[in-house]
Amino acid sequence: MAQEKREIVIPSQLLGDIKNKKAGRGTFVENGKIYAEILGILNNSSDYINVNPLKGRYDPIEKDFVIGIVEEAMASSWLVDINAAYPALLHVNEVPWEVEFGETERYLNHGDSIMAKVLQVDQEKRLQITLNDRNLYKIKGGLIIDVEPSKVPRIIGKQGSMISLLKKYTNCRIFVGQNGRIWIDGDIEGVKKVIDTIKMIEDEALSYGLTNKIEKLLLKEAKDVR
Amino acid sequence: MTITPSLKRDYLAKLAENGKRADGRKFNEYRKIEIETDIISNAEGSARAKIGNTQVIAGIKLDIGEPYPDTPDEGVMTTAAELIPLASPDFESGPPQADAIELARVVDRGIRESEIIDVDQLCIVPREKVWMIFIDIHILDYDGNLFDAASLASLAALMTTNVPIERLKPTFEILKEKLPSIEQYLDDHPKNFPLPLRDPPISCTSVKYNGAVVMDPSLDEEEIAEARLTVAIDKNGDIRAMQKGLNGSFNRDEIKKVIKASTDNGKKILEQLYKSVGK
Amino acid sequence: MNTEIKLIKNGKRLDGRKPDEMRKIKIEAGVLHRAEGSCYLEWGDNKVLAAVYGPREAIPRHTQNPLRAIVNAKYNMAAFSVDDRKRPGPDRRSREISKVISEALENVILLEKFPRASIDVCIEVLDAEAGTRCAGLTAAAVALVDAGIPMKDIPVACAAGKIDGHVVLDLGKQEDNCGAADLPVAISPRTGEILLLQMDGHLTLEEFDKALDMAIKGCYIVSDLQKQAIMKKYQSVSEGI
Repeated sequence: MAQEKREIVIPSQLLGDIKNKKAGRGTFVENGKIYAEILGILNNSSDYINVNPLKGRYDPIEKDFVIGIVEEAMASSWLVDINAAYPALLHVNEVPWEVEFGETERYLNHGDSIMAKVLQVDQEKRLQITLNDRNLYKIKGGLIIDVEPSKVPRIIGKQGSMISLLKKYTNCRIFVGQNGRIWIDGDIEGVKKVIDTIKMIEDEALSYGLTNKIEKLLLKEAKDVR
Repeated sequence: MTITPSLKRDYLAKLAENGKRADGRKFNEYRKIEIETDIISNAEGSARAKIGNTQVIAGIKLDIGEPYPDTPDEGVMTTAAELIPLASPDFESGPPQADAIELARVVDRGIRESEIIDVDQLCIVPREKVWMIFIDIHILDYDGNLFDAASLASLAALMTTNVPIERLKPTFEILKEKLPSIEQYLDDHPKNFPLPLRDPPISCTSVKYNGAVVMDPSLDEEEIAEARLTVAIDKNGDIRAMQKGLNGSFNRDEIKKVIKASTDNGKKILEQLYKSVGK
Repeated sequence: MNTEIKLIKNGKRLDGRKPDEMRKIKIEAGVLHRAEGSCYLEWGDNKVLAAVYGPREAIPRHTQNPLRAIVNAKYNMAAFSVDDRKRPGPDRRSREISKVISEALENVILLEKFPRASIDVCIEVLDAEAGTRCAGLTAAAVALVDAGIPMKDIPVACAAGKIDGHVVLDLGKQEDNCGAADLPVAISPRTGEILLLQMDGHLTLEEFDKALDMAIKGCYIVSDLQKQAIMKKYQSVSEGI
């Protein structure tokens, strides 16, 4: 079975011409030519030439679900680290509680973890997040691990196939933030298995047939235990 | 600044209650240790020590200088450590902070109090000129347990150091005019010779969190540690240096257990150290 | 300094190299665990380690530029990296080198994508043998790519000089100490533009042209090595090895 290699490109690599293609994500144009601007995987399949980054911090997009860690509680807002180039602001108006001025520490403090959504990214890259949604909350219990944000799609899998596999075979609750943070909760064995499997996905993210490989492995381990 | 989510603290504590550590190690187990020597051509001695992902380079430079007034016939040793911004997003450049100073002083004590360097043999002209040994520790990658990695790198570097008679010949020539006995010294030591050393002590560090005491802390474990204890043990199992850090506490029993575990691990690490310097 | 040594005899230099021959170079990308991007580079006896953190919010706040990121490259020599131990800490030479390297890097990094941020580059010279700033910049460039920083090119540096009346490529230690001129150059290889240029010594206009040509040729050789190092690190990942 012929496998097309996923092509890795590096900054300054010539990818195409604006006469035939449009310049997409991860590229820049100079003198009518399209070049890669980051280390990443080339995606040439449509009208657009895109480069999907292999490395780098999370690039916030409005409506993304992210896992944040509170840095500081201020008078009427909190500063939250979401693994981007900048900390995000969470305003008291964007949380489900009635917070009095200066009482922010009662609700969220340095070191607390939250499941949030990116509300706004403005021109100066100032970030705002929100907790105002049924699915958003302050996280209690479990563990959060960090992965490369670029690997998140792989860990989720096509239509969530990979993450469903993981949940099924480990009986853990898992939530993957777009910003490369993953929350896991379950018994000690289950959590360890999720962590190990995610590590494997990270290391082999670019290879083909990964979902099948992981399924076989999880199946085998489950059988061994019995 | 890297924040440790309180979730992590709780998770590690829960694991500890069940006798487990996040990376699957036993409480008294070290991560993989790698030691490489003779890596810096300009240094008189050098070594790189890796414990897990933590990486430290130690470089030894020698120079000729004046002895301390209260030890006129002994060589002089100084240890400096740099927590360079390379190694962690939390390290800042600039003059050494308290952490770097403590690290350097603890490593220094471990080496000095164990008398591993035979400073009596490093006198050139009594009361006038002695060898000065500079131990410079450079942290390259910080993933927990800098004390042990820095100590190992320093020891391995010292054990492969050569006193640079040849490189300093020009300095000797100049000194000969004022101090004629240098002539005799050069006759006795015409070429580079290995730094005179005795048996090295091994430093073992443990931390305590949530009532559990674990050895060779990973970065996560260090971040939630309440107290830390470093013990330097010599080949006879005697204690040469100790340092307790952070604002938590240990009880006598815990200290005894740490000393025992340090002695056990120390033996194995010492063997590896000797192997890496080719003895 | 012994000026009676002949640095070049019958077209052969002290270490046996020809006038246009480079020292041996080895480059490895992604070698550190904590840093977001890193590179270890050996060039002759030079050993350099570069690490990148960022982009991250620039602190202190007064250093922030509301329109773009700032680049803080810090070049530092380890105490044991040189013949006579160097006192730890930045000296004026290190500060100057840090500045010219920062400026060269600012040219190629797409700074407007990260207003108010800083990109911090640490360059540690662990072992020095002439040409550390070229080695440092070259390593820093690889570390930046490894960190996923968007750039319009991967900068690279190389030096040429003059010894015993001959223009030669990539000065070694003694050649640097006893030679008549030293010309470190950094370029953006895609466009050929010069990003760093310093000269020290005495060159006629003709000699300068020749030296600049040589240094730029050297840059292209090293540029290939940088790209190979990056591909080597990530290729194995793509092949599912």
